[in-house]
Amino acid sequence: MYPHISHQKDKPILDVRGVSVRYNGRVALDDINFHLHVGERVAVVGPNGAGKSTLFKVVSGVLPSNAGVVTVSGSEPTVHSCIAYIPQRSQVDWNFPVSVADVVMMGRSAKLGPFNWPRKRDWDFVNQALKTVEIGDLSNRQISQLSGGQQQRMFIARALAQEAELMLMDEPLTGLDTPAQEGLLDLLDTLREQKVTVMVATHDLEQAAKHFDRIMLLNKKIVAFGEAAVVLHSDNLLHAYGGRFRTVEGKSGLLTVDDSCCDEGEHDHIH
Amino acid sequence: MITFINWLVEPLKYEFMMRGMIAAILVGIVCAIVGTYVVLRGMAFFGDALAHTILPGIAIGYLITGGARDTLFWWALGTAIIAALGIGAISKQAEIKEDTAIGIIFAGMFALGIALISTVRSYAVDLSHFLFGDVLGVSTQSLWLIIIFGAIVLLTIAAFYKEFLTLSFDPILAATLRLPVNLLNNLLLGLIAVTVAVSLQTVGVALMVAMLVTPAATAYLLTQRLPVMMALAAFFAGMAGVIGLYLSYYLSIASGAAIVLTATVFFMLAFLWKRMKRI
Repeated sequence: MYPHISHQKDKPILDVRGVSVRYNGRVALDDINFHLHVGERVAVVGPNGAGKSTLFKVVSGVLPSNAGVVTVSGSEPTVHSCIAYIPQRSQVDWNFPVSVADVVMMGRSAKLGPFNWPRKRDWDFVNQALKTVEIGDLSNRQISQLSGGQQQRMFIARALAQEAELMLMDEPLTGLDTPAQEGLLDLLDTLREQKVTVMVATHDLEQAAKHFDRIMLLNKKIVAFGEAAVVLHSDNLLHAYGGRFRTVEGKSGLLTVDDSCCDEGEHDHIH
Repeated sequence: MITFINWLVEPLKYEFMMRGMIAAILVGIVCAIVGTYVVLRGMAFFGDALAHTILPGIAIGYLITGGARDTLFWWALGTAIIAALGIGAISKQAEIKEDTAIGIIFAGMFALGIALISTVRSYAVDLSHFLFGDVLGVSTQSLWLIIIFGAIVLLTIAAFYKEFLTLSFDPILAATLRLPVNLLNNLLLGLIAVTVAVSLQTVGVALMVAMLVTPAATAYLLTQRLPVMMALAAFFAGMAGVIGLYLSYYLSIASGAAIVLTATVFFMLAFLWKRMKRI
């Protein structure tokens, strides 16, 4: 079997202490400290290049940090197979010759163990996950035939098939139209019952305030972290976004930051 | 009709044609299935470089054994595995861009191979066999090596199917599932290396990349499912082997080139068919 470790119930699902990351001498993350409780949902907001993707990669254990410690339920992330990293859609080869069900089944690769092929139980698991995210009828589609919202749902289903307990979503709302964004956020709300802890990188402060328990304002350092009313202060936002921010009167009276471009310029690949 | 059957049967009277035919089909199938990953992961340049890089190994074997063909497989296999892992390691360093580094190594090694072989006075024929293949010179012993090592490659791919699929589609997922990513990457490089050694006699080092890439790319145009892509690629490669050998026999053209040209025509037909369908 591929490694899977049991969780210490008294430890936070995620504990990040003093984490710093540098790329080629450039600081990407600087002394990050926070912890999350089981079932919490957190929005991570900040300008492009703030280190959101880097933070997720360190937390999921695919990128080593230069300093600091990350623990997931009491042990380092690299021993856990319960962390799901959902990539930005632009990072995915949508012409890869696989169906939706194939992609979701990939989430079970670790649970299956070496040399085993999926059994009926695994396909049931996959189909159930697809039903949960409301795309059960698309399981045989080639992945390029999905809309943006359906693509995100497929990856959430893959995380469910993985039996993920910590889900990290890298800008899932970018490039989706408003109904698709709302549908996805509603889906995340219904997943609360599954006790999955969720971190979502996003640009949309209004949605962050509406759908998430806490908001982390990130710009290499944590500028502020807490409930929306406390975090989304113009002082904090100015600090995080600098001159690049523009305020618009939102529906709920909150500030909206218009920083919609999506190239983070910090993508790295695993070989 | 009778004449057509005669036309088909005539070359098979010769044992070397039968052996060549079987070798071409088997090598085609193995190359096509490994090639599916080469195409999907964008490793065509790596495959081409790897094939060229084994030439000095073959040359040393050739010089030591005084031109005996049957032992050359082992020299090719050993060099291919070392070269694959070496190129894999080079691609991780940061000083020079990956493709530049591979380009430097592969051209240098290729030149070394040619230099070594050219020390033998009548080297031209043997060199052309290494470069372009000599499928009609496959001995029974070589055929067995192709069967055994081809089977090892296919069985390994079957055994690690879901791991290779996951790793190729989403390396970060493979890492977060804690699959042994480095081991699997090196295993895949090793499989490509074995494939290169197995294919040496059929198409030679210079045309090898065509066998790895062309049938798989043809299949990629026609399907959106990986297992179907593998099956179609294997079918096209096997057919290219058979048709190529008949062309070689009746038109007196070099066998390796005939096989590769046939595979290329398949690709162009598939490409045109797809274009027509879109209009």
